[in-house]
Amino acid sequence: MNNDLHTTNSLSIIDEPAVDRVGFDFAVDRRDFLRTLGAGLLIVVSGGSALAQVPGGGRQGGGRQGGSGRRGGGGGFAGGPPPKISARVHIAQDGTVTVMTGKVECGQGARAELTQAAAEELRLRIDRVHLLMADTANVPDDGMTAGSRSTPSTVPAIRQGCAAARDLLVGLAAKRWNADRAALTVRDGKVVDAKANRELSYADLASAPDAADLFNQVPGRDVTITPVKDWAVLGVPTPRPNGRDLVTGAHHYPSDIVRPGMLYGKVLRAPSYGAKLTSIDLAPAKAMTGVVAVQDGSFVGVAAPTSYVAEEALAAIEKTAKWETAPHPSSKTIFDYLRDHARGGMPANPFADELAKAAKSFKQTYHVAYVQHAPLEPRAAVAEWSPDGKLTVWTGTQGPFGVRGELARTFGLSNENVRVIVPDFGAAFGGKHSGECAVEAARLAKAAGKPVKLRWTRQEEFTWAYFRPAGVIEAQASLDDQGNLTSWHFVNVNSGPSSIETPYKAGKARSQFVGSEPPLRQGSYRGLAATANTFARECAMDELAALARRDPLEFRLAHLANNARLHAVLAEAANRFGWSERAKNKRQNIGVGLACGTEKGSYVATCAEVAIDPSDGKISVKRIVQTFECGAVINPANLTAQNQGAICMALGPALREEIRFENGRILTDAFSDYAVPRFADVPQVEVHLIDRKDLASAGAGETPLISVAPAIANAVHHATGHRLREMPLRLPKQA
Amino acid sequence: MESTPIQFSVNRQDRTVTTPPDRPLLEVLREDLQLTGTKYGCGEGQCGACSVLVDGKRVFSCKTAVSKVAGKNVQTIEGLADGDRLHPIQEAFLAEGAFQCGYCTSGMIMATVALLNEKPQPTDDEIRAGMNRNLCRCCTYPKLLDAVRHAAGRNSGRAEVGR
Repeated sequence: MNNDLHTTNSLSIIDEPAVDRVGFDFAVDRRDFLRTLGAGLLIVVSGGSALAQVPGGGRQGGGRQGGSGRRGGGGGFAGGPPPKISARVHIAQDGTVTVMTGKVECGQGARAELTQAAAEELRLRIDRVHLLMADTANVPDDGMTAGSRSTPSTVPAIRQGCAAARDLLVGLAAKRWNADRAALTVRDGKVVDAKANRELSYADLASAPDAADLFNQVPGRDVTITPVKDWAVLGVPTPRPNGRDLVTGAHHYPSDIVRPGMLYGKVLRAPSYGAKLTSIDLAPAKAMTGVVAVQDGSFVGVAAPTSYVAEEALAAIEKTAKWETAPHPSSKTIFDYLRDHARGGMPANPFADELAKAAKSFKQTYHVAYVQHAPLEPRAAVAEWSPDGKLTVWTGTQGPFGVRGELARTFGLSNENVRVIVPDFGAAFGGKHSGECAVEAARLAKAAGKPVKLRWTRQEEFTWAYFRPAGVIEAQASLDDQGNLTSWHFVNVNSGPSSIETPYKAGKARSQFVGSEPPLRQGSYRGLAATANTFARECAMDELAALARRDPLEFRLAHLANNARLHAVLAEAANRFGWSERAKNKRQNIGVGLACGTEKGSYVATCAEVAIDPSDGKISVKRIVQTFECGAVINPANLTAQNQGAICMALGPALREEIRFENGRILTDAFSDYAVPRFADVPQVEVHLIDRKDLASAGAGETPLISVAPAIANAVHHATGHRLREMPLRLPKQA
Repeated sequence: MESTPIQFSVNRQDRTVTTPPDRPLLEVLREDLQLTGTKYGCGEGQCGACSVLVDGKRVFSCKTAVSKVAGKNVQTIEGLADGDRLHPIQEAFLAEGAFQCGYCTSGMIMATVALLNEKPQPTDDEIRAGMNRNLCRCCTYPKLLDAVRHAAGRNSGRAEVGR
């Protein structure tokens, strides 16, 4: 019956690469540990401190009673059974409808999309649904907000829960009226019996004595989800529900949270990677008024009444610190280093026979530098311990339940005694999977006996947050005398396996990911390695087209006969761009290029026009045309914005962004040294969405990034004849 | 540094803070006056998230010692709306959906106020130049350009970016 519920509720966070987490070596107090375990499975009761979750930091959401014990023994939805209907939907006596989700909002548009999902199935206007996100004491665990999973997994889960709630409400009305439920309709928060001219509101129905028991069940798999053709809220451009709080500055981001008596924290950082603290004197900090200083294992930090005093205190003890440094490779030799340390060595091409008989063969190596996410809000957390040893942390993370676990493990607490609240926060781009800042804030708060806020500096964010992995990619291929691919061998060292399989038809194909020994802390990033793999593959395809003396568009389309969706987006992008005309007309220092790719169930193609300054080799991107297809579009306004933003964001690692390091120090640890895209870089951007109402909706926050860099690289070749095989793309000075 | 009393006006209200004079205005606004709409992004005046107006001119509050604003008028994002009535630039940002995470939004709006004070009818090049010291890491620049054009009364501008 699930007409368009194409995917199951199983969550796949397995897609996500492991993020290098920070290991803390705190000395755990065993008495604390036993005492908290002895306290049993207490459910953290929802109190006033949930305020930060509510738009504007104002009222408590939806009059929910806390402590209902609904979550049970911690079995989450991430990989487990779906949550009970009562864990998903709450209808208050005043009619307020609150829908709960473990997903977070960090700019990608989940708040609007998931509100749409709930409103659609509950037959409510968008503004009648209050979405409570990412408060581990009050929401089901919907898994990490990552891997473009909110659309394919959480939208269906919320629809299923809300549709089940709607069915129950209709059933309650039918029972109350002793009417045939088939004769009843639902609209605008009411069950209506049109024939008898009567109606009951959700609030009336939910107050029935048997309602609570009914809601206390898991939604059945036979719940009917609204078919796409009947969508009234889904598929409609929908603005961010709490947008007003963003333009007034009223929204409280994690770094804006203030608690009574709160102190400001600072953490001592090593002067270089691998450096070990051998001694430090905390006395100069402890002598300062109101300052708390703590050393626990390798962790040293301070907390003070203001950030200013905290900085002074940290500076005072930093002077006394003695370190033992360790050797560390340099970014200048990073690609050799990664290759030399490839686990098991570089795999041999198994298609030597094809290469031997090929009309033409090809082999090239591509490099992708380390980059940082640099979300505008650095990592931030406010930690507060209750007198009975429970911990509440407000923080910006993509994995609220994961961070809860990290805190629980670190401090020897049960999950039930840790509450993580994630207010809508200032971006992540895959960079905030982990909870190191939350742990640090909690350790300081524990020492201080007061709430502590810790907000990393930009320099800390550039240096100690995990990086998008650098990579070395080798592509080798053979062509027959017709210019068709007969073999394809592709090896990615270190940057990851996402989107590593080629979508192009080749006689024989193998793509392999090989791990290495990365010198920097590394982890996820928006689009993951799909950017690196698509960059290498799409540059290689351009080179192969040239070898085969075929037009790059025609060469790709011919090899995409078995991939109709990618074929369609590429053809559409080329058409919108005017490819055939533009590719023929060569102009001095102006070039056009294209690229396409698929990742996480969505499809993208990009055409780029660049201009080269011959005096300094500077590459300016003048125009980008991008087509995008991710099945049935849920929020066209947000999808367009995600594409526009992704295109502009991708210009950074394509043209300039590169983490440089030497002797264990990050040299690019400020925006003045690490040039992210600015207004002056923004080209003319045209986004065309292909809305496939007949296909399941796929996630779309990441894939729009992946084909930008290779389209630019290919355009640079068109303009100059230079093949650039390294991100960021750089031309020699006299191009 | 020793604390001293410093007087200035914030959002048309006289305030006196007793604080080390070299302390960044940003920290005084956020920590002493609870005006958290102004954000930290870089601490070096490179991102513009901390933008406020001092006597009508945009300054980076992360790089401005609080002593420098003694006797001056500081305006923050919280002082822009007139009660429940949004400032037209806030309206423009809301209408265009010119934010993703929204963390840069306060600074973007304050920078736009300063830009349009100086150039009420900016060309696209002037908008790019005037806004270039503000970063949006979500890179929703096409929408931001729309919002600034909208605020300047140029709704036609959208055709230039999404034609």
